[in-house]
Amino acid sequence: MTARAAVLAESEADTFMSGARLILKALEDQGVEVVFGYPGGAVLPIYDELFKQNRIRHILVRHEQAAVHAAEGYAHSTGKVGCVLVTSGPGATNAVTGLTDALMDSTPIVCLTGQVPTHLIGNDAFQEADTVGITRPCTKHNYLVRDADQLARVIHEAFHVAREGRPGPVVVDIPKDVSMGQGRYAPPLPRGAAHKTYRPRTAPDARAVREAVALMAKARRPVFYTGGGVINSGARAVAALRELLALTGFPITSTLMGLGAYPADQDQWLGMVGMHGTYEANLAMHDCDLLIAVGARFDDRVTGNLAFFSPGSKKIHIDIDPSSINKNVVVDVPVVADCGQALEALVAAWKAETAPRPGLAGWWRQIADWRGRDCLYYEQKGPVIKPQYAIQRLFEIAKDRDPFICTEVGQHQMWAAQFCGFTRANRWITSGGLGTMGFGLPAAIGAQIAHPGALVIDIAGEASALMNIQELSTAVQHKAAIKLFIINNQYMGMVRQWQEMLHGGRYAHSYSEALPDFVKLAEAFGCAGMRVSDPARLDQTIRDMLDTPGPVVCEVAVDPRENCFPMIPSGKAHNDMILSAEDAAAKRITGEGLALV
Amino acid sequence: MPHPDDTPQSLYEGMVPLARLKDRHVYRHVIALVVDNETGVLARVSGLVSGRGYNIESLTVAEIDKDRQLSRINIATSGTRQVIEQVKAQLGRLVPVHEVRDLTDEGPCVARELALVKVACTGDKRAEALKTCEIFRANVIDTTPQSFVFEVVGDTDKIDAFIDLMRPLGLVETSRTGIAAIARGPAGFLSDGLSPNTPS
Ligand SMILES: Cc1ncc(C[n+]2csc(CCOP(=O)(O)OP(=O)(O)O)c2C)c(N)n1
Repeated sequence: MTARAAVLAESEADTFMSGARLILKALEDQGVEVVFGYPGGAVLPIYDELFKQNRIRHILVRHEQAAVHAAEGYAHSTGKVGCVLVTSGPGATNAVTGLTDALMDSTPIVCLTGQVPTHLIGNDAFQEADTVGITRPCTKHNYLVRDADQLARVIHEAFHVAREGRPGPVVVDIPKDVSMGQGRYAPPLPRGAAHKTYRPRTAPDARAVREAVALMAKARRPVFYTGGGVINSGARAVAALRELLALTGFPITSTLMGLGAYPADQDQWLGMVGMHGTYEANLAMHDCDLLIAVGARFDDRVTGNLAFFSPGSKKIHIDIDPSSINKNVVVDVPVVADCGQALEALVAAWKAETAPRPGLAGWWRQIADWRGRDCLYYEQKGPVIKPQYAIQRLFEIAKDRDPFICTEVGQHQMWAAQFCGFTRANRWITSGGLGTMGFGLPAAIGAQIAHPGALVIDIAGEASALMNIQELSTAVQHKAAIKLFIINNQYMGMVRQWQEMLHGGRYAHSYSEALPDFVKLAEAFGCAGMRVSDPARLDQTIRDMLDTPGPVVCEVAVDPRENCFPMIPSGKAHNDMILSAEDAAAKRITGEGLALV
Repeated sequence: MPHPDDTPQSLYEGMVPLARLKDRHVYRHVIALVVDNETGVLARVSGLVSGRGYNIESLTVAEIDKDRQLSRINIATSGTRQVIEQVKAQLGRLVPVHEVRDLTDEGPCVARELALVKVACTGDKRAEALKTCEIFRANVIDTTPQSFVFEVVGDTDKIDAFIDLMRPLGLVETSRTGIAAIARGPAGFLSDGLSPNTPS
């Protein structure tokens, strides 16, 4: 809070205000600039108050699910708390998917929901839903405010809980009589006093740091495995990670959520780990003698079959959430701390540690061998665009403009993770834990609202794009110049791939009949629309998309049969990867490949 | 009793020796929480337990400090070490939870529950029931010519045994409180000094 705000808060402390005014004032004092929302009866007093002010911008979405995803896009791209306002009943239930998504990906969100007046709660009133009950398992915490005097305190507390520790979504349910009532304002408390119980530990235990560095100094085959926690922790963590990597010379891989924390153009970068991670990253995880997990949670997409996971390694696990430690994989050295503080402590301890260290040349030779498999290889030939090619070209052409890349869920998401080489944090916005189709378009709008001048692209499958396509209307209304890049393979590609591999190629309901004409659809919403199917026209179409002002939909017709490799089939170990349908052996044995294998 | 693996230098937050985590035996632990006594706190705890599939044998809750609105929840759960550690860590993550204590680990502790046991019987079985009641130091708190209601207090095993003996005598209903547990010795509960019985 600025000094001026503090003085103002002081002077207003004793004056009564309407509940709705208290809410807006609390949001202002929390530094909220944008609220993503949708009105309805139970929140009309709050909307009325929004109308009377111009410090907080309201972005009207077209579906409450999209309001939460947009707030997630806003949060991921800025590191700030995203704010949502929806009405009672259906407004709140529509938000549930977004809240669950934010919980799984540790995204800081405060969602204000309207509620029926307190005297009607429990009576099956019109548009009543037990929002606190419904959202209890899909939020980090939630509140029902029964008294206008408590509104400001609860909202400040909600922001504190959403932001501190492992971030997450918080719901504040506000009955209409409370937002219409009168109450006193309470200014935000200083950080240390902001909550009586919720004060997560952020500084690492010195003994843990000592043990970690001792293991690192002895390691012959170490690997860093980093996750979204590094990005959530912020710029300090990203800087400390990069410094530690430079000091140690260790290889590094990351989860889907952690992409961008370490630059993909560096030699130490192995690519993404996990089910569709690279050969070299997965084998490094499998064969390492020291695994250093930082802000990652040993998710099943990452570990594959736990029984065979990294069998010969000692494990260090840095996480701010004690429940992430020893949950799936038991570790030798747990470090309960904020990633940034822990990494800084490791940097300092590593610099002070003077014991002779084993060389890593042998380990790097092994890694070079694995890299020689060129596991992301594909061939763009013939008249049909390969989806990998479309994504690779898009990133190549866009990367100098420092783009924010969002995705939906499916094959295109995995290809985007494989082929977009992020060099900065907070540029990659995807639904990891929940895998929510329909996430990307509203998330892109949220990121674009936060960065009006930036290039924001949603790489989408045609099926996912249709899940929240109504948000094109939001983009047009709020002049969010997002670029929706649809990889149209006519299938729910990821579903088709699994059906091919697991169900004898019986493609039950994974083919989308009757797809819309995306160009006309774009135009109907007031966006520009374009389409490309000729590989020779791809680059120019991408350039046109980037150069066209305002929101653009670009449909790329791609090979409908392409599958996403490499792949660790579920239930298999990291060293049991499928590299490609037919090529692994055949294509590899050409040119330089011969010398490497 | 501290666990033999707990050498002082190994005991920092989150540290559980690997040998213990890899132990696949199932143990019963009594865990106590001090929580803010706010609406929904019990739903939060029980929802977490059911949502994550933990095995809970007993869960009791009651207010212990009116002024500061604190409640205590006692949970008896069983699982492998890794699961027990997860249960505690997950409970500790709930925002209104002040403190989580593993009374079994911190041992020794005492745990008691109270049961009301209704037995319908006549003739010889009445005498038999009363004799059993005496052996278990239970009380008769209601009687009719055809029935008794016994009140019995003790640890879970004792109450189980009492109920088993009543079964052939005409057991019709039991109502149990679940356990209340507390550590032996002079130490209080909250590590921040906010022991519920020290005035703040
Ligand atoms: C809301 C939701 N419903 C269902 C799924 C299951 N699912 C995962 S990927 C996928 C297909 C996605 O198809 P598309 O968007 O066309 O992307 P592609 O895999 O073809 O690149 C489906 C149905 C999901 N992830 N999310």
